[in-house]
Amino acid sequence: MNDMRKIERDVKMTDTKITARNVNVHYGDTHAIKDVNVDIADKTVTAFIGPSGCGKSTFLRCLNRMNDTIDVCRVQGDIRIDGKDIHDKSVDPVQLRAHVGMVFQKPNPFPKSIYDNIAYGPRIHGLAKSKAELDEIVEKALRRGAIWDEVKDRLTQSGTGLSGGQQQRLCIARAIATEPDILLMDEPCSALDPIATAQVEELIDELHRDYSVIIVTHSMQQAARVSQKTAFFHLGNLVEFGDTDQIFTDPKDPRTESYITGRIG
Amino acid sequence: MTEQTASNKFDWAGPAFKARLNKRKRSQLTLKLLGLGAISIAFGMLFLLVASLVSTGYHAFTQTHIEVEVFLDPEQINADDPNRGNYRQIITDTLVTQFPEVADDRAELRKLTSILSNGAQFSIRDEVVADPDLIGQTVTFKVPVSDPYDQLNKGLMDRETPEEFRRLKNEEIANFDILKERGMVSKPLNTALITNADSRFPELAGLKGAIIGSFYALLTCFLLSFPIGIGAAIYLEEFAPKNKVSDLIEININNLAAVPSVVFGLLALAVFLGWFGMPRSAPFVGGMTLALMTLPTIIIATRASLKAVPPSIREAALGVGASKQQVVFGHVLPLAMPGILTGTIIGLAQALGETAPLLLIGMNAFITSAPATPFDSATALPTQIFIWADSPERGFVSRTSAAILVLLSFLIMMNGIAIFLRQKFQRKW
Repeated sequence: MNDMRKIERDVKMTDTKITARNVNVHYGDTHAIKDVNVDIADKTVTAFIGPSGCGKSTFLRCLNRMNDTIDVCRVQGDIRIDGKDIHDKSVDPVQLRAHVGMVFQKPNPFPKSIYDNIAYGPRIHGLAKSKAELDEIVEKALRRGAIWDEVKDRLTQSGTGLSGGQQQRLCIARAIATEPDILLMDEPCSALDPIATAQVEELIDELHRDYSVIIVTHSMQQAARVSQKTAFFHLGNLVEFGDTDQIFTDPKDPRTESYITGRIG
Repeated sequence: MTEQTASNKFDWAGPAFKARLNKRKRSQLTLKLLGLGAISIAFGMLFLLVASLVSTGYHAFTQTHIEVEVFLDPEQINADDPNRGNYRQIITDTLVTQFPEVADDRAELRKLTSILSNGAQFSIRDEVVADPDLIGQTVTFKVPVSDPYDQLNKGLMDRETPEEFRRLKNEEIANFDILKERGMVSKPLNTALITNADSRFPELAGLKGAIIGSFYALLTCFLLSFPIGIGAAIYLEEFAPKNKVSDLIEININNLAAVPSVVFGLLALAVFLGWFGMPRSAPFVGGMTLALMTLPTIIIATRASLKAVPPSIREAALGVGASKQQVVFGHVLPLAMPGILTGTIIGLAQALGETAPLLLIGMNAFITSAPATPFDSATALPTQIFIWADSPERGFVSRTSAAILVLLSFLIMMNGIAIFLRQKFQRKW
């Protein structure tokens, strides 16, 4: 199945989309992220890998300020998207999250119709001026989410009635309906079977032409399959960051090597 | 496998294991039987309660009437104002025509007319007022008999009791029997129980005032406690910072739910009636008092329902850039609605049955007309039961049970609505 897909390995030297400098995150007394510095390129797939509890999801949630919603969580450091500090007072976290879409581990469609699931974001941000325009946005998002053909005849049915893989693609379509620049994916395939996983991976491959995609994954095979850049996290540290090929074939850090070869994890 | 290795392993078929197995099965059976016993006792008690209420209360659902042919004498009724007429005289005259021999004996006459309810003339008056053309005609009316004769007709008065211990003397019973023989006595459905307000005379007393009073009180209670309760719960659960102050508020709300209702009644008496000078016995004030009690229940139920909404839905909404308020009102609240509605209706059902606080604000007054507005004096169903249970007339014994049955049927109806709403909303979401 892998070799059926043509993956662009040659990463063009595109612009840097996200810059993180000295990012520290504390959950109460736990120091979850320690001094992370990273530059994430535009229109690429970046994979965050690492053992459970290493902080990769926490770091991902820093990028759309999702951690703000957790009371005990403190985020320090400088994170810039397109050079603009996301913690700046002028930045509204709610608006930021519309620009930085997020897909979660467990498919979580709203218990509303498929149409309303997609239309919710555009509606609250006023992206559509008319019903026809909204219909267009919904169709476009569902097409990009590679689920249009499966659901076009039942847009009024509940999103929760879809299969797990369809639900996750619906969630991806929902995330891209607000035209974000960046798509954060927190282990999007961990609740899916291999076929649904393959569909989502194909979709990710499609999406990175328009968005910069950051995917947290437990599966190193998945990281190797879909990403151009890989970051390895361990115990809250960003141990190694580089081209996916290099990380998997020629890791510089002994910890990365141990993880990749299955000795720690 | 050799014997040696087998002996080292646990013997799954040995006597020790069998004993353990039997013990486990026994204890499980005991638990099952205890559970069944508890449920049977609960059901038995419920059955006894309903059975005793029905066995005394069913008498109140019928009322003995006598049928009289009344000549509406134009000389006795003012045709310009039919409200003013000597209807009592008209109806006694009619009765006397059945017993011409007593017409001149005042004592006998009094005994005879005691058959008629004290309100018998009013049912005739009301018909004449509604249709003044009846004046001068002879019309057949069914009028209620007074309570002792009603008891006699329903078999609740023992004819064998020595005359001096009986409410009705032999002569009076004989009069009634004559009327019965002539086919003038009937026992139709007692619609007065629902259509009349309270009265001193059991045969005329009804629950209209109490039902309307309870309705107004519950409406006030709902309109106050539902929005305030949900608002408070949403703020506490979703927006309030989690600190010592919010902990203190939470503890206080939980304690308020356990405060005896009579305390709320005293509070209402002191504050609503004493300070603000609100009207005594008014269902509106009763509803405000009940709202004080219902609020903690609604707040607790709402908070529990909000907490039960899966966090993934909140994250999903936050993830597409919804604000906190959009998340709460667009996603969390609709999902929590079935639980909130159930909690609210159970709280209101509790309020419907609450007596003590209403007694303290004077909703146990004797009021013979149904309230037109929530600010008029009225009773409520539980306080009406309280009043009737206190009344000495025999007819109120069965009427008290009947009123309890009416109250219980309202409670069952409300719980039914709660179940219906919960299921309807759950299907939708």
